[in-house]
Amino acid sequence: MSDPMAEIKASFFIECEELLESLQDALSDLDEGADDGETINVVFRAVHSIKGGAGAFGLDALVAFAHRFETVLDELRAGRLDLTPQAVKLFFQAADLLADEIRAAREGSPEPEAAEECLQALEALLGDRGPSHTADAEDEVEAADFQPMGLALDLDFDFTPEDASPTGFTLQFRPDGALYASGNEPLQLLRALAEIAEVSIMTDAEAVPPLDALDPEENHLSWTVQITGDVTEEEIREVFEFVEDVCQIDISPILDTREMPLPELPEIDGEPSGFTEEDEKFEPEAEVNGPGSVNAAPPPTDDIAKIATEAPARTPDPSPAEQQAEAAKPSAAQPAASNTTPAAEPGATVRVDIERIDRLVNLVGELVINQAMLAQSVAEAGLPPNSAVNTGLEAFMMLTRDIQDSVMMIRAQPVKPLFQRMARIVREASSAIGKDVRLKTEGETTEVDKTVIERLADPLTHMIRNAVDHGLESPDMREAIGKPREGIVTLSAHHRSGRVVIEVSDDGGGIDRKKVFEKAIEKGFVTPDAQLSDNEIDNLLFLPGFSTADQVSALSGRGVGMDVVKSSIQSLGGRISITSEPGKGSCFSISLPLTLAVLDGMVVNVAGETLVVPLSSILETATLTSEDIRALGPSTNVIHLRGAFVPLFDLGAELGYRAPKRSYSGDVVLLTAQEDGARSALVVDSILEQRQVVIKGLQQSYGHIPGVAAATILGDGQIALILDPADLVQSASGNTRAIDLSLAG
Amino acid sequence: MTEDTMPKTEAAEVELLSFRLGDEEYSVDIMSVREIRGWTRATPLPHAPAFVRGVINLRGTVLPVVDLSIRLGMEPVAGDARNVIIVVQVGSQTAGLLVDAVSDILALPRSEMQSPPDLNADISQRYISALTIVEGRMIRILDLTSVLPQEAIEAA
Repeated sequence: MSDPMAEIKASFFIECEELLESLQDALSDLDEGADDGETINVVFRAVHSIKGGAGAFGLDALVAFAHRFETVLDELRAGRLDLTPQAVKLFFQAADLLADEIRAAREGSPEPEAAEECLQALEALLGDRGPSHTADAEDEVEAADFQPMGLALDLDFDFTPEDASPTGFTLQFRPDGALYASGNEPLQLLRALAEIAEVSIMTDAEAVPPLDALDPEENHLSWTVQITGDVTEEEIREVFEFVEDVCQIDISPILDTREMPLPELPEIDGEPSGFTEEDEKFEPEAEVNGPGSVNAAPPPTDDIAKIATEAPARTPDPSPAEQQAEAAKPSAAQPAASNTTPAAEPGATVRVDIERIDRLVNLVGELVINQAMLAQSVAEAGLPPNSAVNTGLEAFMMLTRDIQDSVMMIRAQPVKPLFQRMARIVREASSAIGKDVRLKTEGETTEVDKTVIERLADPLTHMIRNAVDHGLESPDMREAIGKPREGIVTLSAHHRSGRVVIEVSDDGGGIDRKKVFEKAIEKGFVTPDAQLSDNEIDNLLFLPGFSTADQVSALSGRGVGMDVVKSSIQSLGGRISITSEPGKGSCFSISLPLTLAVLDGMVVNVAGETLVVPLSSILETATLTSEDIRALGPSTNVIHLRGAFVPLFDLGAELGYRAPKRSYSGDVVLLTAQEDGARSALVVDSILEQRQVVIKGLQQSYGHIPGVAAATILGDGQIALILDPADLVQSASGNTRAIDLSLAG
Repeated sequence: MTEDTMPKTEAAEVELLSFRLGDEEYSVDIMSVREIRGWTRATPLPHAPAFVRGVINLRGTVLPVVDLSIRLGMEPVAGDARNVIIVVQVGSQTAGLLVDAVSDILALPRSEMQSPPDLNADISQRYISALTIVEGRMIRILDLTSVLPQEAIEAA
């Protein structure tokens, strides 16, 4: 496939995502009881548009699925199908599978297995009267009534008795310039047509002006196609489905010549062609009945004869030819009509390659660094604070900050698509284990950095599954304790003090702390005599390997893989915490930075090196006195701070800059807290400043360094490492002994 | 030390950037050299192997710097104003090589390259891809892929 095609295809898949989103939205509305025609229409249109686009790219499996789905929705639209909760559930399922089909089509992977099953369940809703997916002539009549562009079709069928048997169609196809502009190619369409039926194509180049008057952007060609063989009008229309707004198509049936009353022939033959010359404005319609159609197959038939005879009765004077023109007019008007009722008004948005935005983000990062360098040299120059340079620099700094914020906003996206994916997880998980679960979402419009959203999907999926599987009680049990059978899982997002907080909560039984504690003892994580607070017990769930083994009860399974969840949240610079109330439910709260590109940090000096400690992890700073420090073991120290003992880490020693000091009296410590509330004290030589730093990844150029999250560039052009205190403490606790031996002496 | 006397129009010619490490002369294929920078202090990386001097700021990107002398089993490069960092790119990886001084650009016919003799005992052996003689001096041609801090990346 050529490159431009791949590009168009890629944009089709992007559109699919958007359509799926609106599909999900509308289905949610239906689920909540919105039973109006417009909502159903939105659902129908989304599926229909996906089908149309898929057809253009020859994605047959997707077209087949969408078509059958659409057929059922059509019944709903026509009011012939009741919107039962069961039906909505099936629609949700079908929408999920449609998403799978789209993914399968995009990645070329095999289509989902459950598709057929779901479609059959859907079609079963229709009962006997439901049309089967193999469109035969009778279905056509029925389906045609619901086509959005169906006006012309209706008329056609009005004029076509049920027992008429067309042997083919005459198609008049006249593209607008816009058809070419949108990247379509008539040749492809005609070829597609040739694939479904036997065609004889005639090009009409009469309208092509002389070369000097030719507008290359406009179309001057039209085609007349005789279609014969076993093909329905709808199938023909499907070929042109996605260009119908940008061309004029007129299809008229050629009926069996055996039934043709011969005397009518001259009349039909003569009048339309004369009409063409007389009246320019009906040109396209007239062409339908022009030489092409008449020559190839004599069209006059029973029904046209009927028109001819009925016509005088309805409208006294028009000739049969005008009657024909009337009938054709709606179809000519159709493109215009569908133009005026587009599915959605395109908002003022621009689709931009993410790489371009990333480059902009990087450049702004450079700007921030440069501005810091400038500030530093101005400071070194010793200019008075109220000098013009300094005021100008201040304005420059504010501007830089504004630009940075705005650029970060570009990368921000609403969490809504993520939440919709979670809705699916809830549906699947709940039906797998037979629980009634409703997902409530709040704050869907909250915006988070795109990368954060992408990397949040897996941890959130896990947490949602846990909430459904382990958090909620079984329906019977819920009933027994006086809760509604239907469990509720709430997924919410909101901004809180410069961070995004995402919460997954359930109204289940809460964490069974006794069981968790027992399990932890059994696993050897804690000693049986340990005194743990509720919070500490809850946090046991985050221990690696916790309760991966036999599931004593539904609750003891809780925590499977929660360590993985925690580490992926932490890798995003986030924190996770649990609150739980027995009998009322649990809530997992994730707090994330708004962006992964900048960070507020405390710049410190350790053994002559400059380091940045994320401000978010620092609880407080203090100056040590000799009374604060207590020897714990031969090589480790703790400090006594506000009644609690906190392990002490010498950053200089941990990072290998120097040997541990003999005395830390008078040194500065940063008290840091981890997600689980565990605290540690990091010794630094001095604190330089607090500032925003641009994060530069080390992973790509060098690799992961234990205890180091990333690097940044300081105002003097030097690189400073950004610490990851939690990681540092984790990897440091093992080797403090060896290092600190000299200290003990 | 200009090399105007060198024949430059051989069909299969290799251009090499030669530099000094201690008393020895090494070279790298000039096609992999991105730029040459003066010495700047590198920010040391914790838990890094000794030959990784640290990272420097190369116009906004973080560039790891390898002390080539340590890497080849010799005394560390002093790190003063005379020393230079050769920025090289191998595949997608960019790194700086800290050397004592850059000496020359040589154009040599490929046919004059010799495979190094098989001396497994020598630690620097596995970093040398070929040897050649220029005006009586032996020049070692480095295999850049093995010199760069691969281990650090794999260990991560």
